[in-house]
Amino acid sequence: MRNPQLNKHGELQHLLTLDGLPRDVITAILDTAAPFTEVAEREVKKLPLLRGKSIFNLFFENSTRTRTTFEIAAKRLSADVVNLNVSTSSTAKGESLLDTVDNLCAMQADMFVVRHAASGAPVLIAQHLQATARDHIHVVNAGDGRHAHPTQGLLDMYTIRHYKRDFSNLVVAIVGDVLHSRVARSQIAALTTLGVPEVRVIGPRTLLPTEVEKLGVRVFHNMSEGLRDVDVVMMLRLQNERMNGALLPTPQEYYKIWGLTQEKLALARPDAIVMHPGPMNRGVEIDSAVADGAQAVILPQVTFGIAVRMAVMSMLAGQ
Amino acid sequence: MQLPDAETLCRQLAAQMRPHVTPDTVLVGIHTGGVWLAERLQQELGLSHPPGAIDVSFYRDDYGARGLHPQPQRTEIPFAVEGAPVIIVDDVLYTGRTTRAALNELFDFGRPARVELAVLVDRGDRELPIAARYCALTLPEPLPASQNLQLEREEDGTLTLRLIDA
Repeated sequence: MRNPQLNKHGELQHLLTLDGLPRDVITAILDTAAPFTEVAEREVKKLPLLRGKSIFNLFFENSTRTRTTFEIAAKRLSADVVNLNVSTSSTAKGESLLDTVDNLCAMQADMFVVRHAASGAPVLIAQHLQATARDHIHVVNAGDGRHAHPTQGLLDMYTIRHYKRDFSNLVVAIVGDVLHSRVARSQIAALTTLGVPEVRVIGPRTLLPTEVEKLGVRVFHNMSEGLRDVDVVMMLRLQNERMNGALLPTPQEYYKIWGLTQEKLALARPDAIVMHPGPMNRGVEIDSAVADGAQAVILPQVTFGIAVRMAVMSMLAGQ
Repeated sequence: MQLPDAETLCRQLAAQMRPHVTPDTVLVGIHTGGVWLAERLQQELGLSHPPGAIDVSFYRDDYGARGLHPQPQRTEIPFAVEGAPVIIVDDVLYTGRTTRAALNELFDFGRPARVELAVLVDRGDRELPIAARYCALTLPEPLPASQNLQLEREEDGTLTLRLIDA
């Protein structure tokens, strides 16, 4: 079966997940993103590539940062952007997901950027478009359930490559609530595809998926062991809103054991970088001294995220 | 076809430009051949500013038909374009569409005092009203569309012209 994200020429048709995306496609996206970073420093922060294209940000789940960076990316490419907070509109009146999509297609949409609480919603939309012969419309997954958040994974890879140049000698640790994290799944897929020799996940047993080691990672249930000599620390947000039941004692206790402090960070390599997809819970998964410290690259991640999303959208819309 | 020596053309181009440039003239090369050429011309002409580089991938008029160029390079303009006398440098002038894209991109950095165009070779067959002020060689007959004429740089920095079947 053909990879549903690629067209028959092997080019990117939709961006749904990084799992199974070929290494050369991931590398091409990172290479394409690099020249887009310079646009932000110009007198006129705009490129004409997507002039006349209509992009719909379909957010069935709340998000400020992701929606804003997609919006800025699309606007810097000269696209017309429409933001729909669907949680407060038609869906609340009972319209189905695919009916919403069909209505927006009738308004000549060229691209959907989709965030949904249900894993697989963007795939469903892409399959629906294909089944109804609307291959000229593209779908970008902006985070679905616990499944994937591919543009976050890509901007993380861009950030690592920016600071570390090369993936082939790195030890990367992903720390915290992997169980509920679509970000972690996309990170693991990208890191292993790009040939990072050692990817670690660190967290309490209750917040790691069972058999997570089958994804090709080393599992640690102890911060001091897991962080030793790593080059990159990727923190995850503790996802209170996605938890059902008592997986944790209290946020205070979580911080004591799993929170990233300067003391714990000192176990990593001296030139290790600290990343976080945001929004941060200071004093829960990360200490303020680390979040604002010299090793943190959390704000550059946000800036690179715009360039990566510009690259993805212009590669898709050009197919 | 016997291709002319690019090094000789380069010196001829610099000689054409020399009476007209001032120390504050800035060069902007178009990736990739134009960037090499601009670097060479800056040295030959003794200009104070290092040249800028433009990759027109994000401004091409065939994006809708052909998609994004696979490996775009960084556009880098290390000087203020506002009020500057600019010379756009390219290795080969053909349809004029690349020059049009470079002009549009340049103006997103500011309003230059004036813009001129310098090329090594004019191969003819223009599709836009664009002409080079400085040109070392105009081919007597336009080249067939099936052929690409482009500048290449050897390891020792020597510039050569190459004709490739597209």
